[in-house]
Amino acid sequence: MYKIESKDVNLYYGEHHALKNISLQMKANTVTALIGPSGCGKSTYLRLLNRMNDLIENVRIEGTVLIDNKDIYARGIKIDELRKKVGMVFQKPNPFPKTIFENVAYGLRVNGISNKSYIEERVTRSLQNAALWEEVKDKLKKSAFELSGGQQQRLCIARALAIEPSIVLMDEPASALDPISTAKIEELIYELKDKYTIVIVTHNMQQAARVSDRTAFFYIGEVVEYNDTKEIFTNPKNQRTQNYITGRFG
Amino acid sequence: MKKILSYIFGRIITVLLYLSGSVTSIIVVLIVIFLFSEGSGLFGKKPTEEGFIMAVNKTNNVKHLDAEQIKLIFDGEITNWKKVGGRNDSIILFRMDNITDFFTEEQRENPDSVIKLLGENYERLPQCISRVVEANPGIIAFVGKKYIDKNFAGKELKIDKITISDFLFGKLWFPTAHPVAVFGALPLLLGTFWVSIFAILFALPLGLATAIYMAEVAHPTVRNILKPVIELLAGIPSVVYGFFGLVVVVPFIQNTFNLPVGETALAGSIILGIMALPTIITISEDAIRTTPRSMKEASLALGATHWQTIFKVILPYSSSGITAGAILGIGRAIGETMAVLMVTGNAAVIPHTLLEPVRTIPATIAAELGEASQGGLHYEALFTLGCILFIITMIVNLAVEIISSRNKRVAS
Ligand SMILES: Nc1ncnc2c1ncn2[C@@H]1O[C@H](COP(=O)(O)OP(=O)(O)OP(=O)(O)O)[C@@H](O)[C@H]1O
Ligand SMILES: [Mg+2]
Repeated sequence: MYKIESKDVNLYYGEHHALKNISLQMKANTVTALIGPSGCGKSTYLRLLNRMNDLIENVRIEGTVLIDNKDIYARGIKIDELRKKVGMVFQKPNPFPKTIFENVAYGLRVNGISNKSYIEERVTRSLQNAALWEEVKDKLKKSAFELSGGQQQRLCIARALAIEPSIVLMDEPASALDPISTAKIEELIYELKDKYTIVIVTHNMQQAARVSDRTAFFYIGEVVEYNDTKEIFTNPKNQRTQNYITGRFG
Repeated sequence: MKKILSYIFGRIITVLLYLSGSVTSIIVVLIVIFLFSEGSGLFGKKPTEEGFIMAVNKTNNVKHLDAEQIKLIFDGEITNWKKVGGRNDSIILFRMDNITDFFTEEQRENPDSVIKLLGENYERLPQCISRVVEANPGIIAFVGKKYIDKNFAGKELKIDKITISDFLFGKLWFPTAHPVAVFGALPLLLGTFWVSIFAILFALPLGLATAIYMAEVAHPTVRNILKPVIELLAGIPSVVYGFFGLVVVVPFIQNTFNLPVGETALAGSIILGIMALPTIITISEDAIRTTPRSMKEASLALGATHWQTIFKVILPYSSSGITAGAILGIGRAIGETMAVLMVTGNAAVIPHTLLEPVRTIPATIAAELGEASQGGLHYEALFTLGCILFIITMIVNLAVEIISSRNKRVAS
């Protein structure tokens, strides 16, 4: 049984056919990397999984997306409930203009949790899981904007982890960061795998190779190849995949 | 050749721009100087008419009175010297035209004796006044200076000069009263304050709700229709609002609250609130829309509902823009003249409830400037009101400036 499963998904931005017949399955507690040239639909696919595309006008979606075997586009699905289960980390760190503590507590508060000690415990644990605790434990009351870019991104990860989702979507989480912060986040992804199912978009081939179990290569709205990461990087079946991972285009 | 021409042309344009810029600045400065020099002329002057004095009996121990006290005395509201710091003696009013009241019955009945007392051409009037003042210990006489000769048996009562605190905190506004004009602007200040505050209390929630609706809830087509309509509201001349207020709001208030007149502070607040709405809506909506999409998405991705996102992320993020909109709205309300003049009833008294007539500063200036003679006290008092309005508006604009610069810092 798969954690995430999409069957023949087509997505249109108005006239633009952005996703073409995408069928992907992802097992629980694995890391799946989505790679491919810019504009090929990686973010679009990722945002399909927590229904973020619903915010955009004129989006039309066909096909089925199942999470835990439930159609997330079925009628009567509560989108906010879905998003509590499917956390997301964005490309650019986007902390709220609030304190570090309040950033992490936000998801709990909007869930109606008000028990102070429980919130404190969860915030601490999330910051620890995001490998940020040691750096911020003395300044939880400071504005999140006082953190460095890498710290902000780990804060955003902590924020996503605080509501205990079972899936974490990451859209180029390290693209705006320096090598050291990037390494920290990669390490983190590796550790998070035990508890979460992770889907990560990345432009960095080494990163995909390092952190993921499975890799999907997207090309102009289609999935050209989807296989174990080792296979994709050592023995790609498709010529375009090979060209892309060897850096001949992209 | 062409090069030289375009160079000269460029120079001319530069000079013209420079000139128009400096001329405009100079004009603005001159207007401000003019306003304040006219407006400050009021202070240090006596509120009585030129050439008249207040005289009392020599035994009277009151040394000086202020304009408000004199006004109350001549209105018959203060009838005992005790009230103004004198001894216990009732006050007797004396004006030139009621001099015959002080004659005896027979003197008054007999035209000959009147002439004998006053003289054929009133040449004995000074002695007569002197005698009356001497005979009545409780008298206060308002007489022309020319009828006071050197043998005058009474003494002149000093009248306090108009001070800034009298002007700001005085409770009576009677700029054309006799024998003294009273310039207490407190009722006007409070009137302006009440009307503006309640206008904003009523307009802010409504405007904010509309802004949220337009920016976050409404379908784009609805928004595209609504936005120009609301901007159009800002362009309607204020007399039209005043007229609407007079025909619709005033009778409505009169009927609902069962009042003798519907022209009240409430009517002014409602009309001003409606007039401030476009400003508040447009600026708040812009502020709400500048909330970065990434903030909204971050909130939604954490499972927050749309409304939670609005209240917990979007509104805090745009709060300074919304504040600026509200303050600018108040600014418009404070300076508004015509519409308020038409619906507030224009009574220069301190309001105790919203259901009483009030009068605002701009309405006062507009209504009274026509009847005030140029250079006179009344005229100068109106200019002082203008200065106060100028200062208030300046503070409002400064506040907006500070708040929006803080906004920029947060955003960057
Ligand atoms: N909101 C939108 N409205 C219309 N078209 C869009 C929208 N978002 C994306 N697209 C289009 O859909 C296609 C896929 O975009 P997407 O953002 O998924 O690409 P991507 O693979 O994530 O690219 P990148 O690597 O640059 O982030 C692109 O052609 C893009 O122009
Ligand atoms: Mg992308």
